[in-house]
Formats: sequence, structure tokens, C-alpha cells
Amino acid sequence: MVDEAVLRALIPTVIGILGRRGADFAAAEDAVQDALVEAVRVWPDDPPRDPKAWLVAVAWRRFLDAVRADSSRRRREVLVDDEPEPGPGTELDDTLQLYFLCAHPSLTPSSAVALTLRAVGGLTTRQIAQAYLVPEATMAQRISRAKRTVSGVRFGSPGDVGTVLRVLYLVFNEGYSGDVDLAAEAIRLTRQLAAAIDHPEAAGLLALMLLHSARRPARTAPDGSLVPLAEQDRGRWDTRLIAEGVEVLQAALARDRLGEFQAQAAIAALHADARTTEETDWVQIVEWYDELVRLTDNPVARLNRAVAVGEADGPRAGLAALAELEPSLPRYAAVAAYLHERNGDPGTAARLYAEAARAAPNLPERDHLTRQAARLNTELRGRGDLPG
Amino acid sequence: MAKYLMLKHYRGAPAAVNDVPMDQWTPDEVAAHVQYMDDFAARLEGTGEFVDSQALSPQGTFVRYDGEGRPPVTDGPFAETKDLIAGWMIIDVDSYERALELAGELSAAPGAGGQPIHEWLEVRPFLGASATVTE
Repeated sequence: MVDEAVLRALIPTVIGILGRRGADFAAAEDAVQDALVEAVRVWPDDPPRDPKAWLVAVAWRRFLDAVRADSSRRRREVLVDDEPEPGPGTELDDTLQLYFLCAHPSLTPSSAVALTLRAVGGLTTRQIAQAYLVPEATMAQRISRAKRTVSGVRFGSPGDVGTVLRVLYLVFNEGYSGDVDLAAEAIRLTRQLAAAIDHPEAAGLLALMLLHSARRPARTAPDGSLVPLAEQDRGRWDTRLIAEGVEVLQAALARDRLGEFQAQAAIAALHADARTTEETDWVQIVEWYDELVRLTDNPVARLNRAVAVGEADGPRAGLAALAELEPSLPRYAAVAAYLHERNGDPGTAARLYAEAARAAPNLPERDHLTRQAARLNTELRGRGDLPG
Repeated sequence: MAKYLMLKHYRGAPAAVNDVPMDQWTPDEVAAHVQYMDDFAARLEGTGEFVDSQALSPQGTFVRYDGEGRPPVTDGPFAETKDLIAGWMIIDVDSYERALELAGELSAAPGAGGQPIHEWLEVRPFLGASATVTE
């Protein structure tokens, strides 16, 4: 029985070992991917005693085969002569360097995501393609272009944790499609990163992911439709994930180096802390949104802040906060609809929900917003406020 | 086997029989409609006839090349009179008759009052990629 998580956790280490033996990143990554595909094929019937040693041996052989096939005779001789001369540093450093390389600022976000999932996550090209609903050949090209882009980057040059965190956040938000749970994979990679570096924002992102994942069982109804936060059955939230998320967050906040992911996680933690919607500490949530706006000046944070203000100080205050924002913001109409309904104006709310549905970025949201409009219009018809 | 595109329009198709905008249905009617569409796709997967299904946002822009070194010209959002595609389903079936039969079933999806929408769908055959050999 191949434990896929165990197998995949070894991938960055094995790439690192090949790198120390002199393979450049692109060649090492190719060789390890070959070994990974081989492992998935062979291990179920013939499990190795030492999985890491097996992967290193097979990958190194593949690498040498590729070099030979490359007709680069001179290079092969150099390599064979130079063989294992491990430099200083640890496997942990190797893994960290891979994170930086795969999220290198010269890569586009989609390339960085694909390369991270393959080289750090140990997913096969086919799995990544399925998860992002693109043909396998397309994903293979995306990955090989990404590898060419970073081929000039010196392995071991210092990287930017911020870019790595943004890539992992993108993976997390992709959620679940195909047979790969990208949210779970993002958590695994972020957990590994947070263990490898001492960085409060890495911990903050991990906490955010854990707290959001905790709500996942309650977020969709049996028929697949979205259940908004206020209506979720909180008994179905995963208390183990919440406890871990809160613990990770508290340790990060104690470092007193606040960042956007810690602030977002703090908001998620306050929601998690409320046993019912009514018990939610909206005043504190507004304060955290103020922090978030100060840290990022992100218009989406301002929009969410308007919702929180609406809960803390009443819908009129929420609408006043909303009035300061650009109506062209994504989900502006949906927030306006919500606040107008709370303010006792179902007619305006229904019109805005229908408008929001037309602008929805995905099907579950569109269906949800359409249902909101339908619900209000049905109520209005029942009261005789609307014809037909 | 031959592939067909079943096109659904926001605008541009003849009016449906049960032509009530979705936000004027009851929430249960919306749910029943969504369920019907999911079930339909799942059934075609089961029969080996489903290829793809996608929905499109009503927002869109016309774009064209405007010469060397110049940014493309855009025109939009689409005028109210323009034909506007809402989405499609691609099927791979044995005959044109089967394609029509399935389009008819899709058009029977329930709408306002739980009654079939009788929506007009456009059925278009794909041009094959390889030449047919006949001797």
C-alpha cells in the first residue's frame, strides 16, 4: 500500500539530493517526476524498505540516462567525476529553497502554482491538469516553460516568503475539483513551510487555511448549493481543525509582527469562536478589518468590512460604509443587496440580488444569488407588493 | 459517433413558452431546475454521451486587431440587441436524431410554476477533424 502523502512529502528532499550531486533544477525535477510515476506503478506490489533511498536511486539513474541521451558527453564525465559531494546545509534548507524557486517572482501566478504543486507537492502533471481542468499536454507545457524561466536562478539565492505564501493561498482557494483536493494539498505544503521557517505570516496563512477548512463540511447543502456563514450548521464545523488553527494563530500573534494572513485568520477565528451567529463578536471583527485595510488597502477587505459594520452597528451604518466604495468592485451588488434587506427594503434587495447574480464569478454563487432574489420576490408577491 | 453543441442563449433565441426570468421563480423552483440540469449531465455521463458543459457570464467584449504596435480595439459591453450565448453542452452521440432528442429533454427543464421552460436550444454539428474515407 503506497501512502501517497508519505511518498509526496519525500519529493522536494529527493530533488534537493540530486541538486547536491550536481543536477540542475530542471533535470533533477524531471528525473524525480519519472521516479514518482514509477513509484506509483511499482510500489503497490513491491513496496521498498527505504522509500527515500529507492526514489533517490531511481531518480539518479533516470537523470544519468537523460544526460547520456543528451549527448553531452563532456558534461556527463564532469558529473560522474564530481559525484556525491554533498555541500553544507540540510534537507530542510533544500525544501525551503524549492519553495522559493517555484514561487520565483519571474514566474506568472499560474506557472508558479503548477511548478510548486509538481516539485514541492509531488503531484504528477496529470493530477495537476485534472485539478485545473486543462488538458495534460497544456499543463506539461506550462510546467516546462516555468522550469526554463527559472533555469537561470541560482539555487540557494534568498527568496521572498511573501510570494511563496501568495502561491499557496492561490492553491488553497482553488478548492476541490477532480480527484485532487487542492485545499488539503495547500494545507500540507503550508504546514511544511511553517515548520521550515520562523515566519509569523506563514503561520498566519496556515491558521487561516485550517480555520476555513473547518467550515467546509457545513458550507454546501446536500444538493450542492452554497450555505452562507450565518446559516451554517455550526455543529458540523471541524473542532479539531479550529483548535489547531487557533493555537497556530495565537503563537503567531504573540510574535507581534502582524500581517494580512494573521489578520484574516483572526477574523476567521472570531467566527469559529461563536457558537451561534448571534454570538458573533462583530465589534472585534470590524477592528480586525480595520487592521486588514490598514495593512493591505485591499478593496475586497473594505467591502467585507462594510458587511461587518452592518452587523456591528446596524445596516444603515453598513450602507454608509459601502457608499464610500466603488460600485464596480466584485460582489458590491451582493453586499448592497444583503444590507438593503437587513435595512427592511426587500424590493431594492431583490433587484440587487438579481444584478449580483448576473455578475457572479462562478456557478454556485450565481445560483445562490438567484435563489436570494427568488426568495425575496416570492415574499413580495405573497404580500401583494409585486404584480404576478 | 458525432459531436453536437447544444447552445443556450440569454438573448437571440425565439422566446420560450414558459418565459419567466429565474429571479421571479420561487427558491424551490430554482432548486428543481438546477437539480434537473445536474441529473441530465450525470445521466449522459452514464450513457457515455457527455463531453463537456460550460456556462458563460453575460458580460463580454468584442475585440479586434488594430495594426502593428497598437493595442487591440475593444467594443462592449454587448449591445442589448446582440445574440448572447449563456452556455453549452457538448454531446457525442450516434445520430442527429439522438442529438435532437436530448436537446428536447434539456429544453424540458422545469421553470416557473414547476412547468417545463420549453426553451429554444440551438443544436450545431461539429465539423470533424479528419476526412472520412469512402471507397
